[in-house]
Amino acid sequence: MAAVGAARALRAGGCRYSRFSSSFSSGGGERAGPRFRPPAGSRRDWIGPPDKRSNLRPVIFHVPPHESPLERRLRELREETQAWNQSFWARQNTAFQREKEEFIYSRLKARGLEARDETGQKVTLSAEEMADFYKDFLRKNFRKHMRYNRDWYKRNFTITFLMGQVALVRALRWLRWRSTNAGNQ
Amino acid sequence: MSAARCCGSPQALAGIFVWHLKKTGIRQVPCQFVHLCRAPDGRLITFQYFNFLRRMYVTQYNKDLSQRVKPKSDSVVSPFRESQLDQERKVIHKITPVSPVHHPPLSELREIKPAAETGDPARPPTAESKEERQWREMKLRLDDLPGILARLSKIKLTALVVSTASAGFAMAPVPFDLPCFLLASLGTGLASCAANSINQFFEVPFDSNMNRTKNRPLVRGQISPLLAVCFAASCGVPGIALLTMGVNPLTGALGAFNIFLYTCCYTPMKRMSIANTWVGAVVGAIPPVMGWTAATGSLDAGALLLGGILYSWQFPHFNALSWGLREDYSRGGYCMMSVTHPELCRRVALRHCVALIGLCTVAPILDITTWTFPIISLPLNLYISYLGFRFYRDADRSSSRKLFFCSLWHLPLLLLVMFSCKKSLLEKEEKGDALSGSHGRAVEIRLP
Repeated sequence: MAAVGAARALRAGGCRYSRFSSSFSSGGGERAGPRFRPPAGSRRDWIGPPDKRSNLRPVIFHVPPHESPLERRLRELREETQAWNQSFWARQNTAFQREKEEFIYSRLKARGLEARDETGQKVTLSAEEMADFYKDFLRKNFRKHMRYNRDWYKRNFTITFLMGQVALVRALRWLRWRSTNAGNQ
Repeated sequence: MSAARCCGSPQALAGIFVWHLKKTGIRQVPCQFVHLCRAPDGRLITFQYFNFLRRMYVTQYNKDLSQRVKPKSDSVVSPFRESQLDQERKVIHKITPVSPVHHPPLSELREIKPAAETGDPARPPTAESKEERQWREMKLRLDDLPGILARLSKIKLTALVVSTASAGFAMAPVPFDLPCFLLASLGTGLASCAANSINQFFEVPFDSNMNRTKNRPLVRGQISPLLAVCFAASCGVPGIALLTMGVNPLTGALGAFNIFLYTCCYTPMKRMSIANTWVGAVVGAIPPVMGWTAATGSLDAGALLLGGILYSWQFPHFNALSWGLREDYSRGGYCMMSVTHPELCRRVALRHCVALIGLCTVAPILDITTWTFPIISLPLNLYISYLGFRFYRDADRSSSRKLFFCSLWHLPLLLLVMFSCKKSLLEKEEKGDALSGSHGRAVEIRLP
C-alpha cells in the first residue's frame, strides 16, 4: 500500500529536499504507487489524472520538514482514506464491468447470437435491456454502499476538522511570529 | 451555427487559429466573429463561428482533426459504443495564432493542456510522459478562484433558483418594493450557493465516478474541502441573516430549512432510497414560496400554489434527465427511480405534467391571476403532457431527451405568462372599495 520508501530513505539521509509520500496503488501489485515524482523544490501536494480503475485522482502529499504530530495525523488519515477509497472504487468498477460483460454475453447467448458481429465489433444491447442489469447490480450492492457511505462521511468530516485545526494552529503561529517580529523592530 | 472546416494539412495547422473553446463557469470568453489568418504558404484562410453558449470540441482521430459542433453529451451517449469513442481524444483546448500582428501572451500558451485520457497501450513512452504532464500542483491561484467558486456553487443552478424566487416575489399581490426584492434575491442566492457547495463537499468520490460531474472543483483538487466548507459558511450565514433581518424571519426560516433539507436530507437520501426525488422536488418548490413570503410576510394559498407548480415541474424535469444516466447511477450506488422502478419513474413524470394543468386552473380561483392564464398556458401544459405521455409509452432515450429539453423552456415561459396575467392590484382595490363603500353608507344613515 505505501510507497514511501524513497521518501523515508531521503529522510534518513537528512536530505534537504522536500519529501513526498503517497499511499496510492493502482491495485493488484502491478506498481507500488504512481511513477510521478514531484519536483524537488515543491512544497505543495500534487494531484494527478484520474485512475483508470477507480476514476479517483491520486494525491502525493508533501511532508514538511518540521511536521507537527497534528499535521502528521492529518496526512496519514488522508493517505489512508485515499487508499481505502481507491480500493473500494477500483473493486466496484471492475466488478461492474465484469458483470456487465457476463450479462451481455448471457443475453446474447440466450438469443443465439455471438458476442462479436462480422466486423469484429462488440455487439451491444439496448439501454432498455441493460436496465435489468442496472437494477440488479444496484440491489446487490446496496448494503456495501450503505457501509461505504457511513464510513466516507465519517472520514470526510474528520479530515476537514483536522484541516481546520491545522490551519488554525498555523495561523496562530504566524500571528505570534509577526508580533515577535514587530516587537523586535 | 456554422463553422467552416479548416483545411486539414499539417502546415496550415501549424499555429493558425484562435478557437476560444472553453467556457468555464460564468467567465465569458470573448468570441470573434470572423478570423482571418494567413497560412505559412501565403494562402488566406477564414472561418466564422458563432460561439453562443456552446462549447466546441476539436478531436483527433488518427491524425485527423475534426470539429464537433455539438458537445459530446456524456449523459446521452450509449455506454457500449466503445471502439471509436475510446480512441478519440479531446486534444486541443486553445490554439493560439502565430501572426506578426497578434502575439499571444505566454500565460495563454501555458494553458494548452492535453486533457486526453491516454488509454493507448501501444505507445508506452509517450503515454507515460503525457500522464506525468497531467500532474498538477495543488496550489490555489487567485485569478482562478472566481471561476472555481462559481462552479462550486453551481452558479447557473443558483441563478435559476433566484429567478424562481423573484417570480414568487413578483406574483405576490402587494405593491412592488425594490429594496426588499433585491435583498430577498441576494439572500436566496447566497443560501443556494451555500447548499450547493456543501452538496459537492459531501459527494467527491461519487462525483468522480460519474461523467456528468467529474470536472467539479473538489474532484479535480482545485480547492481544498476546508475552503469549500468555509465558503459555504461564508455564503450561508450572511444569506440567512440577510433574509431574517433584512426581509422577514419567515423567509429566513424557510431559507435555513431549505439548506438543511438539501444538504442533510436530499444528499444522503440519494444513496439510500428513491424517496429522495420527492424531497428534492420540495427543495425546488421552496424558493418561489420564499419570494412570496418576502413580499407579503405570510404563507398564503398563493405561495403554496406557486410552490405546487414548481414541485410538479421537478418530476418531468428530473425523471427525464435521470433516464439517460442509469448506468452511472447504478455503478455509483445512487437509488433513483429510473434504475429501480422505471415504470414508476415514467408514470410519476406523466402524472405531474397533467397536474400542472390543474394547478394553473386553480390560479385564477385564488385570485392570483386572471382567467386568461389557464387559457394561454393550456397549450404549453398540453405539449409537455404530450411529451410526458410519449416518454411513458416509448420509454426510450429520445423521448426522455425531448421531455427534458421541453421542461427547460416550459418553466420560464409559464412563469412569464403567469406574471403577464397577474391580477392587477387596481382591480382588486376597486372591488374592495365597492364592497366597503356600501357598508359605509349604511352606517351614515344610522347616525343622527
